[in-house]
Amino acid sequence: MSEIIDKLSLYFSYPFVRYALIVGLLIALCSSLLGVTLVLKRLSFIGDGLSHVAFGAMSLAAVLPVIIKEIAAGVSASGEVPQGVRELADTLSKANNNYIVLPITLIAAILLLRPGKNAKIKGDAAVAMISVGSLAVGYMLMNRFPTSSNISGDVCSTLFGSTSILTLKEDDVRLCLIMAIVVILIFIIFYNRIFAITFDENFSKATGIKADSYNLLIAVVTALIIVLAMNLVGSLLISALIIFPSLSAMRVFRSFRSVIICSAVISVICAGVGIIASILMSTPVGSTIVTADIIVFFLFYITGKITKRA
Amino acid sequence: MAEQIVCREATLGYENMTVAEGIDFTVSEGDYLCILGENGSGKSTLIKTILGLKPVDSGSIDWVGLTPKEIGYLPQQTVVQKDFPASVREIVLSGCLSKTGFKPFYGRELKELAAQNMQRLGISDLAKRCYRELSGGQQQRVLLARALCATSKVLLLDEPVTGLDPKAQNDLYELISELNKSGITIIMVSHDVNAAVRYASHVLHMGHRRQLFFGSKEDYLQSRIGKSFIMSDSDDGEASSVKEQSDARAILAPVAAAAGAAAAGALISGIIKTGGKRKCLR
Repeated sequence: MSEIIDKLSLYFSYPFVRYALIVGLLIALCSSLLGVTLVLKRLSFIGDGLSHVAFGAMSLAAVLPVIIKEIAAGVSASGEVPQGVRELADTLSKANNNYIVLPITLIAAILLLRPGKNAKIKGDAAVAMISVGSLAVGYMLMNRFPTSSNISGDVCSTLFGSTSILTLKEDDVRLCLIMAIVVILIFIIFYNRIFAITFDENFSKATGIKADSYNLLIAVVTALIIVLAMNLVGSLLISALIIFPSLSAMRVFRSFRSVIICSAVISVICAGVGIIASILMSTPVGSTIVTADIIVFFLFYITGKITKRA
Repeated sequence: MAEQIVCREATLGYENMTVAEGIDFTVSEGDYLCILGENGSGKSTLIKTILGLKPVDSGSIDWVGLTPKEIGYLPQQTVVQKDFPASVREIVLSGCLSKTGFKPFYGRELKELAAQNMQRLGISDLAKRCYRELSGGQQQRVLLARALCATSKVLLLDEPVTGLDPKAQNDLYELISELNKSGITIIMVSHDVNAAVRYASHVLHMGHRRQLFFGSKEDYLQSRIGKSFIMSDSDDGEASSVKEQSDARAILAPVAAAAGAAAAGALISGIIKTGGKRKCLR
């Protein structure tokens, strides 16, 4: 026991581990809040689709400097990269990837959750198309314009999060903190409206609530959360973070408010436990957190069955 | 009686597809309008157009002295709602949302309003229960209470009794009728001809792509279309009652076929029952 405590206190003496924990808990909290709405609106798959878009955007952000250099070299006769272009490429590669990933994901979210369902291609097909498409393009880009010698390592860490949470800089933490606070504030302020349009969009519209604007808001916040959560669990496991806590909470609780609170609590505890367990057992952070979520889901599932029968 | 909704030569439809044309009617304060018609005749589309959820293709539907915030709406149940984790209180309270203005939360008087409406519909004791665990009739009452939170003037009901057993259907009709007597204008979509004739003050009958009849219930009963849909003349006892049943069956045939044998049996027995009652009332 004392061994474990020693190991933990050693780890937590490093600031980057503390950052990882803080960011992890915040992301878990945000994703669970919106998860309830997304699950109830039958939009669980949006999270999955958007995370793939975020993967494509992430690869694009990673390879953009290389592409720019190659194109410049091809255009100039001597094969030399002009000074100005090189500087541009260098600034791009130093900049935080989130500045490229976020806008792209936002646009995809708005396109997918766009108000008015008269799009030519229907919901689930559109999601599948965009998500698989960006996955393929992202992987192709990363292979065609390699940024490091370890491509499969890069891809793996983007998909599954792996160690990236431990390499967070203070800047990333600050960005995460601000985005998390924005998400939570939006959720609290619009709580009643979100409930109303989740439960019955037509009724809300008929009684003069601007449901379309709130749907757009939900799309934007979803995109925000997904970009945030990419750092923690990687793009393949994000939907787990969004849907598992709310599904667990729905097994047992029966009012909207208690479901929301419960799923937030579950999510934060699972994230905390997952991060600590991943340190102790040297497992990947993302998949450990999701495993914790799965275990809790089954516990709640059984509890739900028992209490219903009683 | 002041006019509340004026519809003139309206054409309804979805993109590139006209569902109904030449819809023309007026609803005044305190009316009980029943919109009848078979499946696919555009009843629900009409309700949605009245509510402003979709635009009128041509013609006009105007609200007189009413804003969208003064309308109550009882929609058909959606799949999402069937297993929605929410307490009755939360749902009823969400009807007050349009009254909160820019405030993010519900004030004390709105909570009071929600409580009053729950009392009015006799669901106060269910306040903390979970919506998805209630019976169909109770769920409709909850949604009705929510609609009442949104309005004290006009209620639009889209097939409120669908899926309820005959007793719950009757209870709900009685409840709606009481609300109407307390001064709320009712506009109800239904394919239950008998209920329309029993409770409504006006009837709008929609046929295939056009309006077949609009007017008061008395006129409807005298009209050719009304007679063919309801009965010939009920003076000659047994014979007409049998014919009436077969007519009602004919109207409901598509529904019954779709609902399968068991449901059909229940429907027909329900019709016979309500048909019988209506006779007693006369």
